[in-house]
Amino acid sequence: MPEQLLFAAEVTLNGLMAGVMYSLVALGFVLIFKASGIFNYAQGVMALFAALTLVGIQDGQIPFSHLINTIFGTEMHDFGWHVPAFLAILLALGVMILFAIVVEKFILKHLVNQPPIILFMATIGLAYFMEGFGDLMWGSDIKKLDVGLPQGISGVIDETTFDWFGYGFFIDRLDIAATIVAAILVSVLVLFSQYTKQGRAMRAVADDHQAALSVGISLRFIWVLVWSIAGFVALVAGIMWGTKSGVQFSLSLIALKALPVLMLGGFTSIPGAIVGGLIVGVGEKLFEFAIGPMIGGATENWFAYMLALLFLVFRPQGLFGEKIIERV
Amino acid sequence: MSLDEGYTTPDGRKIGAVVMEMKNITLRFGGVVAIENISFDIRQGEIRAIIGPNGAGKSSMLNVINGFYHPQEGEIWYKGAQRQAMKPHAIARQGIARTFQNIALFNGMSTLDNIMTGRLTHMKSSLLMQAIWKGPAEREESEQREKVEKIIDFLEIQSIRKTPVGRLPYGLQKRVELARALAAEPTLLLLDEPMAGMNVEEKEDMSRFILDVNDEFGTTIALIEHDMGVVMDISDRVVVMDYGKKIGDGTPEEVINNQEVIDAYLGVAHD
Repeated sequence: MPEQLLFAAEVTLNGLMAGVMYSLVALGFVLIFKASGIFNYAQGVMALFAALTLVGIQDGQIPFSHLINTIFGTEMHDFGWHVPAFLAILLALGVMILFAIVVEKFILKHLVNQPPIILFMATIGLAYFMEGFGDLMWGSDIKKLDVGLPQGISGVIDETTFDWFGYGFFIDRLDIAATIVAAILVSVLVLFSQYTKQGRAMRAVADDHQAALSVGISLRFIWVLVWSIAGFVALVAGIMWGTKSGVQFSLSLIALKALPVLMLGGFTSIPGAIVGGLIVGVGEKLFEFAIGPMIGGATENWFAYMLALLFLVFRPQGLFGEKIIERV
Repeated sequence: MSLDEGYTTPDGRKIGAVVMEMKNITLRFGGVVAIENISFDIRQGEIRAIIGPNGAGKSSMLNVINGFYHPQEGEIWYKGAQRQAMKPHAIARQGIARTFQNIALFNGMSTLDNIMTGRLTHMKSSLLMQAIWKGPAEREESEQREKVEKIIDFLEIQSIRKTPVGRLPYGLQKRVELARALAAEPTLLLLDEPMAGMNVEEKEDMSRFILDVNDEFGTTIALIEHDMGVVMDISDRVVVMDYGKKIGDGTPEEVINNQEVIDAYLGVAHD
């Protein structure tokens, strides 16, 4: 029996770390939703686009090479250089900031004061545009992403746990790295929003646009800032998921996994996104481990959504969301 | 009276030169004329009231001053120069702060944080600065905190500093909103019905604070108010609006004896 228990513990640990990966994606949603009340459907595609851009820059790929070659009949594919990971990440971040500016200028600016559903539709359009644009810019091959993050089984943990319990835990070093990165990311975000003037302005805009304007906050600047930060979070998520499973277009579907996380944690809470991710991660792994064999497995595909559904029935604002009180 | 150099109020306060002048302002929403050809001025150190029945266009006038609305016709002169149409946040940075009729506070934040947002326009250190080098940013934050604490003392809201404003009773929320506007150290403070929905005691408190603010900081104040008693007590000059038109302008005594104003308030038939 202790064998079983140890195995359950291992599953839980792995679930926690898988949950961190979900949280990373959910974070981007929360940031934009908090600041502007927009549910940004494009967040998953942003992660994909960021990862594509990062790989493209790293490998010295020529952007739009396919298009150029077709039009001019040339045969160019890459610049023939290799950009170091750190520099490539900075450049990719630059691209995401540029993207934020473009989104503000061509979409958000024109949709001020529109109902949320309009903005939501706009982000759906944006998602499809970006997917096509990413394809056109960098090609549709599955690419390997390597920015020097450790990967594979952690030997230290395997041996230590074997010495202690006589059973070696299998834990991916990439998951450990993702956990550390997520912890740093969340701390930085919280510090930023609590202790800097832009952070305070961001929270102000999230609360009341008119009042924010009246104290001299530029909405446009805040939107660019928020989308830049969401772009940065998307880049981090893109790096983690890209390293784990390769940069491919199915990456944009991780957005769908973030939805139940948001319903659990609440759309407006950064800690909620983290806890929600962890619950989904652990929940689906443990459920698969305990109940899966009885009902034929593959529960991981639907468990998160079922959990979200339960939450919608009993606690629609999520664990950390603000309770919705309508004053009459 | 010759107003070019200002005047002295009955209670002996010196009122200075014109800070803001509205010239022939007309504001339309489609076919509805909210403000029709209105001119008036606001002087340094003055408490200027805008009164009128419901729907007279008072709030629209305040929204024109702080840039939420842009009038189709007319000129706005501020600090001696004609003001171009600009965004509300840019106008706020020029020293015009305001409160709202239906309280617009940042409900998720504490009283202190709400008031701190009022100081945003005075904070210099850039995002990068704050991220890389904490020293100056921290020093700035504590300097700003000092100013904010002064205002908190002034408005007697020490005990609710850490309370999320969403949980405060209405009267206190109004006071926090005033504090946030004051924190910007505005040249011109706009108050949209600062006493709406208050009981007598709260009204008296608020009147006292408005007078104290004017006295202590020399802030020029333009306010909209329904309670005529309050208006007569605290304002130096009054603009009266009705159906988007100006029907009276002068000291409280002048205005209250104006037949057109009496008609508007008592509801004499328009013929």
